[in-house]
Amino acid sequence: MNETATALRITPAYAGTKGTVENHGAVNIRDLNFHYGKGHALKQVTMTVPANAVTAIIGPSGCGKSTLLRTINRIFELYPEQYATGEIVIDGRNVLDRRYPLSDLRRLVGMVFQKPTPFPSSIRSNVAFALSYYERLSKSEINDRIEDALRQAALWDEVKDKLHHSALSLSGGQQQRLCIARTIAVRPEILLLDEATSALDPISTAKIEELIHELRERFTIVIVTHNMQQAARISQRTAFFHLGELIEFGSTSEIFTNPREQRTRDYITGRYG
Amino acid sequence: MAIPARRRIADIAAFAFATAATVFGLVWLAWILWTTLLQGAAALTPSLFSQMTPPPGASGGLLNAFYGSAVMILLGLVIGTPIGVAAGTYLAEHGRYTRLAAIVSFVNDILLSAPSIVIGLFVYEMVVRTAGHFSGYAGALALAMILLPIVVRTTEESLRLIPDQMREAGFALGLPRWRVTRQILYKAARSAILTGILLGVARIAGETAPLLFTALNNQFWSSSLNGPLANIPVVIFQYAMSPYDEWHTLAWAGAFVLTAFVLILNILVRLLARRGKNQ
Repeated sequence: MNETATALRITPAYAGTKGTVENHGAVNIRDLNFHYGKGHALKQVTMTVPANAVTAIIGPSGCGKSTLLRTINRIFELYPEQYATGEIVIDGRNVLDRRYPLSDLRRLVGMVFQKPTPFPSSIRSNVAFALSYYERLSKSEINDRIEDALRQAALWDEVKDKLHHSALSLSGGQQQRLCIARTIAVRPEILLLDEATSALDPISTAKIEELIHELRERFTIVIVTHNMQQAARISQRTAFFHLGELIEFGSTSEIFTNPREQRTRDYITGRYG
Repeated sequence: MAIPARRRIADIAAFAFATAATVFGLVWLAWILWTTLLQGAAALTPSLFSQMTPPPGASGGLLNAFYGSAVMILLGLVIGTPIGVAAGTYLAEHGRYTRLAAIVSFVNDILLSAPSIVIGLFVYEMVVRTAGHFSGYAGALALAMILLPIVVRTTEESLRLIPDQMREAGFALGLPRWRVTRQILYKAARSAILTGILLGVARIAGETAPLLFTALNNQFWSSSLNGPLANIPVVIFQYAMSPYDEWHTLAWAGAFVLTAFVLILNILVRLLARRGKNQ
């Protein structure tokens, strides 16, 4: 929708009404502020993350990239003294509203972490846990959904004969794809990837990047990364954060070839960060 | 690249000291096991496990005491474990950042180091005096109260050792807290929690003071928990203090079985811990 709108002043597309169809799964962030106790981690962030595209969030450590992701699925609420103000509107509803049920939100917005976090149980149960919590499914339906999720995560062929083995027996890259599989098994609209490849070797990283490229058509993907080549390779839109502020947000090619802000240029050319 | 002589000497000295300290510690354990075995050997026969504690001068076994101990430990375990695991879960998960949890954790530490005789006296005052008689129930309750803080502490510690990211991963899938705890955290902490429970059992198996005031002892066979109940530690205490040789031998045999039981429990704990690490 707002592909050509300038980075900082995107008009919120929802304007208080239900999201239009092409807007489905987009994340409209408006005047977002985030506090850790006395620390002010995000300052007046306003941006629209488009649906069915990969948006990369880059910036030096401590700039608020991960915090932004943790705000979108409200995982920060696990910790006291962390709070957010402003609005994050997905499909026409402000998900920061306390009345928005957390389990609905987290079904809508999946998250994959930096280190693979397989649960200490079988590969199958890792995918089945959340699935059987949200939906009443027969055993064969569950099996179908597990297979489907593992196929989408490009892991099926490697694990189909050992679904009952411990998830901890998988390699790091496989574990991370398992985490992606169990996240997409509940059919979210949005996928948050918090440096999801930074703990992996180059081959596993390449596999996951390929996977992200394929998943793009079905999900809104937001990926935080320290790796600028990665951001350039896999994203269509890039946002640059610095000290809690959104400095620049635009198409990836623009950000990397012709940034408008000096700070963006400095970061991309490796002058700091 | 020769290592300087001083460093080599320091290394050898440290190695020798550490080895000597280990041997010193182990010698006592071996000695205790050997002495109890030697002194109790005459009573270590099948009748030890099939006959009742005898009157002076007669032969017999410790069946009633083994039974009483087993039942009271089991009941103490049944009372103490669920409460302990639940409380430990509260401290590590639900109440994590609350003042209440900090206070409970502190009080639990006090309970953990409370002398067991105090707990015996407490149960005596609350249960035995109220009911008007000694009972196996009172004994089991006293054992549960000793077990409880151990289980609370180990459950809390083992849950806290799980990285936050594991919790976040569960919550990020939208699972409610109890599901995250039950399906993910308990599985991750299972062998550590079980280790704590087994160490607690080893601890209460040998407790004498709390039983003196609660279950007392019973010369005869009694399967009722509602009256005085024989048990190994108190029998050992009474028989060892007696002037009769047969009783001394039985006390040694009881001590051997008890020590061996605790040793086996500890070995089991080791195996469990190793399994937990490999997972």
